[in-house]
Amino acid sequence: MHPAPSVIAFTTLSGLGFGLLFWLGLGYPNVTGWVAFVLFAIAYLMAVGGLLASTFHLGRPERFLKAFSQWRSSWLSREGICAVAGLIVMAIYGAGLVFLGTSWPLLGAIGAVLSLLTVFTTSMIYAQLKTVARWHTRLTPALFLSLSIAGGALLAGQVAMATALLVLAGIIQMVWWLQGDKAFAQSGTNMATATGLGSIGTVRAFEPPHTGNNYLLNEFVYVVGRKHATKLRMISLVLMIGLPVLLLLAPFAHLFALLAVLSHLIGVIISRWLFFAQAEHVVGLYYGKR
Amino acid sequence: MTQLPEQTERKLGLVIDLDTCVGCHACVISCKGWNTENYGAPLSDQDPYGADPSGTFLNRVHSYEVQPEAGPAQLIHFPKSCLHCEDAPCVTVCPTGASYKRVEDGIVLVNESDCIGCGLCAWSCPYGARELDAAAGVMKKCTLCVDRIYNDNLPEEDRIPSCVRTCPAGARHFGDLGDPDSDVSQLVAERGGMDLMPEQGTKPVNKYLPPRPKDTLNDETNILAPLLAPVEQTDGFLGWLDKALEKL
Ligand code: SF4
Ligand code: SF4
Ligand code: SF4
Repeated sequence: MHPAPSVIAFTTLSGLGFGLLFWLGLGYPNVTGWVAFVLFAIAYLMAVGGLLASTFHLGRPERFLKAFSQWRSSWLSREGICAVAGLIVMAIYGAGLVFLGTSWPLLGAIGAVLSLLTVFTTSMIYAQLKTVARWHTRLTPALFLSLSIAGGALLAGQVAMATALLVLAGIIQMVWWLQGDKAFAQSGTNMATATGLGSIGTVRAFEPPHTGNNYLLNEFVYVVGRKHATKLRMISLVLMIGLPVLLLLAPFAHLFALLAVLSHLIGVIISRWLFFAQAEHVVGLYYGKR
Repeated sequence: MTQLPEQTERKLGLVIDLDTCVGCHACVISCKGWNTENYGAPLSDQDPYGADPSGTFLNRVHSYEVQPEAGPAQLIHFPKSCLHCEDAPCVTVCPTGASYKRVEDGIVLVNESDCIGCGLCAWSCPYGARELDAAAGVMKKCTLCVDRIYNDNLPEEDRIPSCVRTCPAGARHFGDLGDPDSDVSQLVAERGGMDLMPEQGTKPVNKYLPPRPKDTLNDETNILAPLLAPVEQTDGFLGWLDKALEKL
């Protein structure tokens, strides 16, 4: 799949932003006034920034309001609703903390659940797609949720939680990669089923429909950079999990905390780039590109 | 509404004959022509006369080489457009309700004025039947020529999809695949019509007729053999020439 920067930015930033909102909603850290303001501002910048970035890949972004209508069947629609609901609830909860110095725990808990639901619905947009075997697994929501909660804990300064959750997310990430590498072959979709010609013999793409490029090839048959995938996985794992965990284990210093957050952020961006770039869509079979 | 109907009154669709398709791409051109000049946003082209032309098409023809275990390879031309699936994933993923399946005839359409161009429906289609138009920013797909098949302004023989009307080989057939007595259903039954990627669970309405078995060529027959056989004549002109050349 084409690793569009807007979609990578969206899933990375909003994942972290809603992860932080989750912890804030539960009262970790239990802060009020200016400190709360700064933490909420960071969370909203990331969550809203990510959501705005996601509109850049729309063909007709001015019609985005229509996307809230089909929650009965569409995960994308559900995501929009959860995100807006979560942001509104957490804004009220945050206003209480920042301006009144009071905490409404029930409201915070509802906001925390909605924040997690937003990340879950985002992951289901990908996990529901049978056409991309690598994504079509329960591990995809597990991966998105664990990274979001771990990153949120890191941003919220919950050292012990963040350490444990980062390790967990790292394990899920590795399993997801290893499973993913086998997923396409195991899915049972291949040139023979795509063309229905397998009963005659071995099918080979002889001539594409056009000599030029097209939307399908751009969007679904992305192959650039796959050869560096293993190296990128290592880099991502080190930056996303390894380095932050080491920095968290070291004696606390503000610089270390900042470095841990930055390292984690870059690691997640690389992981998300791979998430898209390595994903094989079945339509590639029709072009002989699988 | 992007929930799928429980069932549709009819199942209009195409039957594509892989045995007779000659790979001329006439259906590609007629589809592009009709759907650019009529309903909805035109099918745009980008850099059409430049170095890197591309554009939106609702129907594309691939060609595959199939190598049986024994015998010569076969070349099969393979037109592909929307299969108007019964369990169309492209409809349920749509967040806006722009994508829908009609109850009356099962045609899968996009309401272009509702489409935000998120592309998710194209991601969910295993067949590559949907393309986001780069100029209009909305999703385009085969309409089964809904603006022809019910169009009283056209002469009766033209009230079929443009690609079907155009195909010079008669490789495309249009009809109600929900009615077991229809011509297309009969054809599918007779020729063993098949689904593409049945394991994806989309239940396509369109069917593909597999190529008929080829005549078996006698392995001994080699049309070049007489020309390649060594000259063994020892009399006549060739015999003399052979000997003469030998002596040189
Ligand atoms: S072929 Fe693709 S676009 Fe057409 S109905 Fe099936 S899934 Fe949808
Ligand atoms: S591109 Fe348009 S038709 Fe397709 S899912 Fe998005 S809004 Fe619906
Ligand atoms: S039925 Fe109409 S829109 Fe569909 S492929 Fe044929 S010509 Fe194109």
